[in-house]
Amino acid sequence: MLEITNLHAALEEDGKPILKGVDLTVEDGKVHAIMGPNGSGKSTLSYVLAGRDGYEVTEGTAILGGEDVLGMEPEERAAGGLFLAFQYPVEIPGVGNMTFLRTAVNAQRKARGQEEMSSTDFLKLVREKARELDIDADMLKRPVNVGFSGGEKKRNEILQMAMLEPRMCVLDETDSGLDVDAMKLVAQGVNALREAGRSFLVITHYQRLLDHIRPDVVHIMADGRIVKTGGPELALEVENNGYSDILAEVA
Amino acid sequence: MAANPGTPVGLNPNGRRARNAKAKRDATEARLAPLSPPEGPVWAADARAEALERVRAMGLPARSDEYWRYTDPSTLTGQGAPSAAPLGGDEGQVFGEVDALRIVFVDGVFDPGASGDLTVEGVEIARLADAADIHWARGLYGALEAAGQDPVDRPLAAFNTAFATDGVLIRATGRAARPIHLVYRHEDATSDAVLHHVVRVEEGAEVTVLETGPAAARFNKCLEVDVADRAAFHHVRAQGRDHDRRAATAMFARLGAEATYKSFTLTVNGVLTRNEHVVELSGDDAVAHVAGAAVGDGATGRFHHDDTVFVTHDAERCESRQVFKKVLRNGARGVFQGKILVREGAQKTDGYQISQSLLLDDDSQFLAKPELEIYADDVVCSHGSTSGAIDGTALFYLRSRGVPAEDAADLLTLAFLAEALEEIDDDALAADLRDRLAEWLTRRR
Ligand SMILES: Nc1ncnc2c1ncn2[C@@H]1O[C@H](COP(=O)(O)OP(=O)(O)OP(=O)(O)O)[C@@H](O)[C@H]1O
Ligand SMILES: [Mg+2]
Repeated sequence: MLEITNLHAALEEDGKPILKGVDLTVEDGKVHAIMGPNGSGKSTLSYVLAGRDGYEVTEGTAILGGEDVLGMEPEERAAGGLFLAFQYPVEIPGVGNMTFLRTAVNAQRKARGQEEMSSTDFLKLVREKARELDIDADMLKRPVNVGFSGGEKKRNEILQMAMLEPRMCVLDETDSGLDVDAMKLVAQGVNALREAGRSFLVITHYQRLLDHIRPDVVHIMADGRIVKTGGPELALEVENNGYSDILAEVA
Repeated sequence: MAANPGTPVGLNPNGRRARNAKAKRDATEARLAPLSPPEGPVWAADARAEALERVRAMGLPARSDEYWRYTDPSTLTGQGAPSAAPLGGDEGQVFGEVDALRIVFVDGVFDPGASGDLTVEGVEIARLADAADIHWARGLYGALEAAGQDPVDRPLAAFNTAFATDGVLIRATGRAARPIHLVYRHEDATSDAVLHHVVRVEEGAEVTVLETGPAAARFNKCLEVDVADRAAFHHVRAQGRDHDRRAATAMFARLGAEATYKSFTLTVNGVLTRNEHVVELSGDDAVAHVAGAAVGDGATGRFHHDDTVFVTHDAERCESRQVFKKVLRNGARGVFQGKILVREGAQKTDGYQISQSLLLDDDSQFLAKPELEIYADDVVCSHGSTSGAIDGTALFYLRSRGVPAEDAADLLTLAFLAEALEEIDDDALAADLRDRLAEWLTRRR
């Protein structure tokens, strides 16, 4: 369960507030979606949760598994089960995708006091998960995200998620840049991971993705706050009417 | 300060130059006075005498020399080696797994017990100290060094030719059955070693020379490589990791038509390293690749690393590549002086040069002086130089996947160096160096 309470965050650089009191609870096993206009703070929320530099948390807490993650290093949050699928996955020239995955998997296992995965087990697992996401062996050999198409990058994020088996998955616009087939693959990948102990926070602009990943709850974010919460029908409303009605209603 | 009643010579550049020249002459003579030419083959005596004259004429390097602007040579030229403790430790021999002929020098002295028999199929090998009177190396010893003195003085190399106490003479007549591995051990904290090797790769022949180890507290090494038509020379070295060791090395290469020359150097630690490389592409369609990776931490002593490279294209359709990468932290300093000279008539030259530094903090510094000088009109030459910090976005990405900050930084550091390591053709050698680098980066902590 992730419980965000009164979260305020500002840009470190100039003190400009971006998150202005986010309240949000994602129960175990549930899928929550966040929609909201461009610039409303959705990515910022995901970065602040993951621990990216450049933001200062001025108030509030984010409790995951009984602990406030906001004071932790990014790697501690990851080991604690938090995963962020980036809106813009990062290219890392010179680091092979396989090396990257194995390093990440074993670092998390180590942090949790588990034994490292043997390279045969690891290879087997990667191949299996990659096949499900239609990621070919060549992509695994290449440097992380270098020369990947937009869709390949997003599928690679889901592959990492599948390998790391986090308990709280934050997906930031994982559907953007995907063609229809790729979106189905990604949704299948996510749905395959849905289980009682695992929660999802899915940031998206489109109802499309939510047709495939059925959310339990939909939130609307505007100007750094969750301004409305409802069921899947809220996403349909946004799809049909845009945000103006909702924003006018809560103003 | 009291006013100077005489001529203000300090303000007169000619006066300063004259004083510098005199100081240099005096310093050079003082350094040479106690030295006498070492024993060795009679045929080398003339070459040594000529080299000594070159040293006298040029003078030993001084900070005021344009070519030594970024690197202070005083501890390389002074009397006696500043003390340097051997690193010790239980690390296995670099390239220890490679099936090679090992020729071992301890503090610059040949160790026959630790060395293999000097025989490799396809190669003639002799020690400089006891090479026979009539020898193929006659006429080659010191010749490439002498040719490499133009247009830039390299007095430490001439000094080496004059005073090298030993070295290996390698002549490949066919495809060498295995690499020749020169192992340089360092045991004595004040050893001052001078070694000079000569390699001749005959037409169509091929040989690989490996060099590893710190060699001495202070090491002056010269390696002359004459690569005949369609011959190939491969060179991979890992300089020793003793923190306080000093090294001034020079490689002089001449390439015939369709010849291949590939050299890679890994430097980790060492208080002062100057690696000079002089390559002349004198036959058409020759290929020369010179690369290096250096990793230095100013906190464990100091670290100053200088790659000085001069590639001359004097034939048609030759290709040259210089790839140098450095990782610097805690006030470490890196220098790159690289030049591509394309002589008149060297049409269709393909010259490439890149030097990059990863600065892990604000105290570290990278000084680069890339130069192109081109006298032919149909050539493609490019050069570039960059220095920057670790990519914060990539670092966060790795950490967000659970990789601890220091490991993530190491991974990115290795990735940065990977491009230079890729210059090594032999995968096993490259893998050995990559694994060690990973280990050394981790061990620092
Ligand atoms: N590092 C930063 N530097 C400057 N401005 C920033 C930074 N991070 C966020 N912002 C600003 O904060 C606001 C929220 O940005 P954020 O990326 O969180 O929006 P978003 O809801 O994800 O938008 P989109 O739907 O377009 O992805 C924007 O005005 C953005 O310009
Ligand atoms: Mg966003």
